[in-house]
Amino acid sequence: MTRVRPIHNRVALLLAAMTVAAALALPFLAFAPNRLLSGKAVALSTVAGAGWSGAALLPVALLLAVPFLRPGRVVNALYVGGGVLAAAGLVWLAGQHAVLLAATASPAARTSFGAGFWVMEAAALLAVLDGVRRLGLGPAGRVAVGALVAALIGGQFAAGHLDQLSIMKEYANQRDVFAGAVLRHAALVAAALVPTLLIGVPLGIAAQRSAAVGRLVFPVLNVVQTIPSIALFGLLLAPLSALAAAFPGLGIGGVGPVPAVIALTLYSLLPIARNTAAGLAGVPEPVREAARGIGMTPRQIFWRVEAPLALPVFLAGLRITLVQAVGLAAVAALIGAGGLGAIMFQGLFANALDLVLLGAVPVILLAVTADAALKLASALALSRLGRTAA
Amino acid sequence: MSRLRSLLTDRLALGLLVLAALVLGMPALKPLFAAFFPALDRPLYEADGFLALTLDHLALAGGASLIAVLLGGAAGIAVTRPFGREFRGILDAVAAMGQTFPPVAVLAVSVPVLGFGPAPALIALTLYGLLPIVENTVAGLESVPEPVREAARGMGMGPGARLWRVELPLAAPVILAGVRTAAVVNLGTAAIASTVGAKTLGLPIIVGLNGSNPAYVIQGAVIVAALAVVLDAGFDRLAARLTRWRPGAA
Repeated sequence: MTRVRPIHNRVALLLAAMTVAAALALPFLAFAPNRLLSGKAVALSTVAGAGWSGAALLPVALLLAVPFLRPGRVVNALYVGGGVLAAAGLVWLAGQHAVLLAATASPAARTSFGAGFWVMEAAALLAVLDGVRRLGLGPAGRVAVGALVAALIGGQFAAGHLDQLSIMKEYANQRDVFAGAVLRHAALVAAALVPTLLIGVPLGIAAQRSAAVGRLVFPVLNVVQTIPSIALFGLLLAPLSALAAAFPGLGIGGVGPVPAVIALTLYSLLPIARNTAAGLAGVPEPVREAARGIGMTPRQIFWRVEAPLALPVFLAGLRITLVQAVGLAAVAALIGAGGLGAIMFQGLFANALDLVLLGAVPVILLAVTADAALKLASALALSRLGRTAA
Repeated sequence: MSRLRSLLTDRLALGLLVLAALVLGMPALKPLFAAFFPALDRPLYEADGFLALTLDHLALAGGASLIAVLLGGAAGIAVTRPFGREFRGILDAVAAMGQTFPPVAVLAVSVPVLGFGPAPALIALTLYGLLPIVENTVAGLESVPEPVREAARGMGMGPGARLWRVELPLAAPVILAGVRTAAVVNLGTAAIASTVGAKTLGLPIIVGLNGSNPAYVIQGAVIVAALAVVLDAGFDRLAARLTRWRPGAA
């Protein structure tokens, strides 16, 4: 019998150390007299000491215990559950304290998340990620856990519990602008996707059929891909404004959504064309021959054999394109294309930091959602292929 | 004569030449911009020198990439050793997920947490640059065939010697690809960092866009683009050098 408790989970130990350090050394919230002044630090001890609020930290305490517990399904389930509840509890605590502060302060006062909140929230989410892995959950289980976290935090937003936090006050001020910005952002990405698919897919097919086309196309698209977005927007400014000056009736200009969609399309062509070609190149030659052997026409071979087999690789290219375009569309706000980037840059230029978050966080969420959706689609396409083959 | 021809067909040398000419010779192009944009009072960005902006830009993007290589490389090595294996899964997950975050959003989110200025921008760029480097370091080290490791062990090499003399050289091309991704992203994000208070080549572009001065925008954009082309050619050269000795490599 030894009385020394060994460390069973060193990842959890690291996360616990991160949490404790952030709780003790970093401000949990910042409280400022108005939106442009920088805030006074509010420590976690103050926040948790108010009434029964500290109870929200119980799941955090559970996470601190995990490294010392003997691992097993129960402990790992507690690890995931603790992480989910801690992530939601920390948000609840921040919202709760903002309500308390708002009761005594002027309406212009702002309560924002501090560095301590971000570190602890990140640690809680990482614990969920690590726990889900250790628990060996499949894709469906992972999606369910992700949806639970989103529901617990999103529910607090929806219920108005977080309305006294600065980011939600910015949202209240920008309610109409915000909805329009999200739509505009999605519209920019969708508008670029149409010409990308119309040009990129045939280009990819041609490049796979003829090496000469590939040698011509891919180096050009590669160079485009390396040019930073802000520079490409700038370089398009000159020819497009010249075009606009020559044909005023076209409705084209150097700034606005049109050059943004053109630039987004130029960037999106490479992953689409490359993955279309790679997907088709991955179709085994014997499969093509078998299709020819049973008397399929080239058109039938393409639609019924090559296209379904190339679909997973193509979808991976589409995923890269979409995630990339969501980010590039944010930069396009600099040339007046609108979207969430416009809110973000407006906040940066006006030193309104919660306005920055209101623009930037939804951009990240959009990208993550697009990534997850396309990954799921790829997995479905693959499993369908597997079933047909079996 | 053949020297001159090889210089003119060499993408890297040519790119460097064009870049240097643009950075140093931009003031000489003032009359050209004045002729193209007759409506502009100030057809040349003169608030800062282009050389100084370029050097600051390189310091930010290069510094962030360098720190990311050191930290990311160390993390990648650590999780492929027995003592760090437990952290492998979480690091993979973070690297894969983090790369779906758009760099511009990461840069913007860093401001409320870290503040305005070049130092917070450096931290944001470093964090983002870590992801592809960690991912590729792990992938590169994992790709070293087991028989090769065995042979090294059989020759009596210790863990350190195996890492430095066998595993890292074999993983180098894959690691370099990660460094390249990080450097290319950092070069572009550094340009946008001029909106969060870092002085970079993005500054003339932003000032020009906000002040409706297309000449400023073009001046900043051509230098950033030239820089990107030079960087790309440089990594091509480096990659060719790293794989030249391999059997079967072209």
